[in-house]
Amino acid sequence: MGAARAAGRFIAIVALTYLGLLAVTFFIGRVIPVDPVLAIVGDRAPEHVIERVREEMGLNKPLWQQFGIYVGKALQGEFGTSVLTANPVWTDIKKTFPATLELATVGILIGAGLGIPLGVWAAVRRGGLVDHAVRVMGLIGYSVPVFWLGLMALVLFYAKLGWVGGPGRIGVAFEYSVERVTGLLLVDAAMAGEWEAFGNAFSHLVLPASLLGYFSLAYISRMTRSFMLNELAQEYIVAARAKGLSETRIIWRHALRNAMVPLVTVVALSYAGLLEGSVLTETVFSWPGLGLYITNSLQNADMNAVLGGTLVVGTVFIGLNLFSDALYRWLDPRTKER
Amino acid sequence: MSVLMNRRQVASAAAALLATTALPLMAATPKDTLVVAMAFDDIISLDPAEAFEISAGELMGNGYDRLLRYDVNDPSKLLPDLAQKWSVSTDGKTYSFELKPGVKFASGNALSAEDVVFSLQRAVLLDKTPAFILTQFGLSKENVKDKVRQTGPLTLTIETDKPYAPTLVYNCLTANVASIVDKKLVLSKEAAGDMGYAWLKTNYAGSGPLKIREWRANELVTLERNDNYHGAKSKMARVIYRHVKESATQRLLLEKGDADIARNLSPQDLAALASNKDVKTTATPKGTVYYFSLNMKNPILAKPEVREAFKWLVDYNAIGDTFIKNIGVVHQNFLPIGLLGASKENPYKLDVARAKALLAKAGHPNGFKVTIDMRTIQPVQGITEAVQQTLKQAGIEMEILPGDGKQTLTKYRARTHDIYVGQWGADYWDPHTNADTFARNPNNADDAKSKPLAWRNAWDIPEMTKLADAAALERDGPKRAKMYQDLQAEFRKTSPFVMLYQQTEVAAYRSNVDGLKIGPTSDSTYMFNVGKS
Repeated sequence: MGAARAAGRFIAIVALTYLGLLAVTFFIGRVIPVDPVLAIVGDRAPEHVIERVREEMGLNKPLWQQFGIYVGKALQGEFGTSVLTANPVWTDIKKTFPATLELATVGILIGAGLGIPLGVWAAVRRGGLVDHAVRVMGLIGYSVPVFWLGLMALVLFYAKLGWVGGPGRIGVAFEYSVERVTGLLLVDAAMAGEWEAFGNAFSHLVLPASLLGYFSLAYISRMTRSFMLNELAQEYIVAARAKGLSETRIIWRHALRNAMVPLVTVVALSYAGLLEGSVLTETVFSWPGLGLYITNSLQNADMNAVLGGTLVVGTVFIGLNLFSDALYRWLDPRTKER
Repeated sequence: MSVLMNRRQVASAAAALLATTALPLMAATPKDTLVVAMAFDDIISLDPAEAFEISAGELMGNGYDRLLRYDVNDPSKLLPDLAQKWSVSTDGKTYSFELKPGVKFASGNALSAEDVVFSLQRAVLLDKTPAFILTQFGLSKENVKDKVRQTGPLTLTIETDKPYAPTLVYNCLTANVASIVDKKLVLSKEAAGDMGYAWLKTNYAGSGPLKIREWRANELVTLERNDNYHGAKSKMARVIYRHVKESATQRLLLEKGDADIARNLSPQDLAALASNKDVKTTATPKGTVYYFSLNMKNPILAKPEVREAFKWLVDYNAIGDTFIKNIGVVHQNFLPIGLLGASKENPYKLDVARAKALLAKAGHPNGFKVTIDMRTIQPVQGITEAVQQTLKQAGIEMEILPGDGKQTLTKYRARTHDIYVGQWGADYWDPHTNADTFARNPNNADDAKSKPLAWRNAWDIPEMTKLADAAALERDGPKRAKMYQDLQAEFRKTSPFVMLYQQTEVAAYRSNVDGLKIGPTSDSTYMFNVGKS
């Protein structure tokens, strides 16, 4: 009974979140001073064509009615067609989201995988050389424009050194050698046993992913450091030291384990941020991901695409929140009883 | 325990990942494939009855045949494409065409007059944006089945409502909207009586030298050789366009050899490539002109002296030497060079004293304040800022309102701007295309049916409209050219348009690429002529 009520409450909250998200996006999309008809018919269309398309799109109706129609259709699983790509919105998202997912996943692996140990290290050697080094690195990651850094990284690692593949997801020669099943090129290439294509896709992925990884690393390491400092000042650490436990054990088993609880949220939110699609990174690296898709669509008032993309981003946030909640329970036994 | 171990394992795995990125060097592009780096986020449809965007134009030009094409080396010359003979009746209203025999579509279906008639009728019936190119000759949804008629297996006629200049009609038939689609294939994909429109938006049904295999929005477009093509076959088996938005990124790809051609390089990147021995460039003046326009709904800008003063307050030379170096030439007329009747007269230069005298005469000796709506892209932004400075010398305070392209355009089309800076590209290769918008305004009322650029700036010109209409009907070539020159002389003096420059399109390519020629219009850059050694 209790479980059923909790589930019911949960579903209601999720539904309300979606509705709120859609409403806000929809009304923002309609108040921006861009005529959505222009995106379809262009600048040269005669007046009668413009009027006809405006009518076809239902733009003559009052806003609340347009919104009602959209939500009604969305509930039936119809998200409309994107004006810019001429495809159903879901077809577009099935193409763009995996590109972003692949990039963000490798990015967060790098960001968390390196950021957490660095943060721990900086906390332990507080005020030391390592701490300063990590701080400077974090500050650079925070303040250097991603656009500039991306371009410089391309110039160095792609153009000068030739260590990695250039912009785009895969070399032209491999474009048609991998069948796109999941849309994650690494997975598709591995499934098809096309190892050369896999290597090529990986060499294209590594630079933008490292860049995203670096930016989330900057944030994650700072947060890890402050959580760790907080834990290391606790009495149980003093007690553990008095008990004569080794410092390694104290740091990694006791302090970090407790710091892990808030850290999970930090990492999950960083990951969600990456999954939204990093527009600038995607632009520099010609990466056909979700961020570019939504931005392009918004600039052209292509509302079906924007709303569809927003729904995906919302789902990602809700999903990752649930996931970090679950991790909490696992990491912090006290939450289980509640 | 497991969490920590996992984290550590992940960390070391990530470190290993970073360390092993030294993969083999990229190979150059495949031998049979031409790789073009280009920004093509403007494409919204592959249906020639609808496609009207610059990048889509190029795909149409390579993928679809039409009755006639014009010669890219001398656009005043018409070449046969699907038609082998064509003529116009003595009353100047009936055009007859005879098709080449034995032509096949890429699908293998035979091409006959039935397909041609279907395609032209379809474009008029669908009535998408470019349909006006055909409907301006009196074709309409109601009458097109009578006016465009099949007269034999390989012959057809088109009837116009007035005796237009034949070159105007022929030139319009070279446009994308007059492309010939595979009737059998298109109708087999028809849904709800849409003449295959929903399907053709993302598919291909043509007979041109290159087939459109795939369009992945904002990612890539793949063209493949059409082995059924009726003329010389494409040199390359495949042409892949990669969407690369950034000029700097395009340059890297080209330098590295991962792209054979780069299409949207900034003047800075072009200058940087000048010393690269592996890279060459080619340039063609395009049918696109850039301008400032003054909205005459603003009572100050409506004064003729003020309009003239603006024309004396632009430092054309400085703009030509900096912002548009290599990508444009100063041009003060509405017809781009290359079109019949184009004028090379550029009488205006920066003359602050003269402008001040004009402003004083208009009752504004100390200038005034105005706003300008500007798209935040180069070189428009740089030019606008430069003009802002020169205007200040005469006391005019011009506030810049930056915006996204669609945003400024929305405002412009509603006539609520003061000044707008923009460009206009020829819709087809005939002077009427620009005269129609710059020098015609049949009705200046707010609810007018037709809203050309003259209308958008509230320039009410009944006399000039009549002259422009007469020029469209003039069948004598030299006389017609003279009419356009007269129109432009008047336009230079009195119009609310400060014409700035004509665009030059530059492409950079690897030195092993040959045969690349940028066409004067977007649909005449032919990739099937390009080879690679």
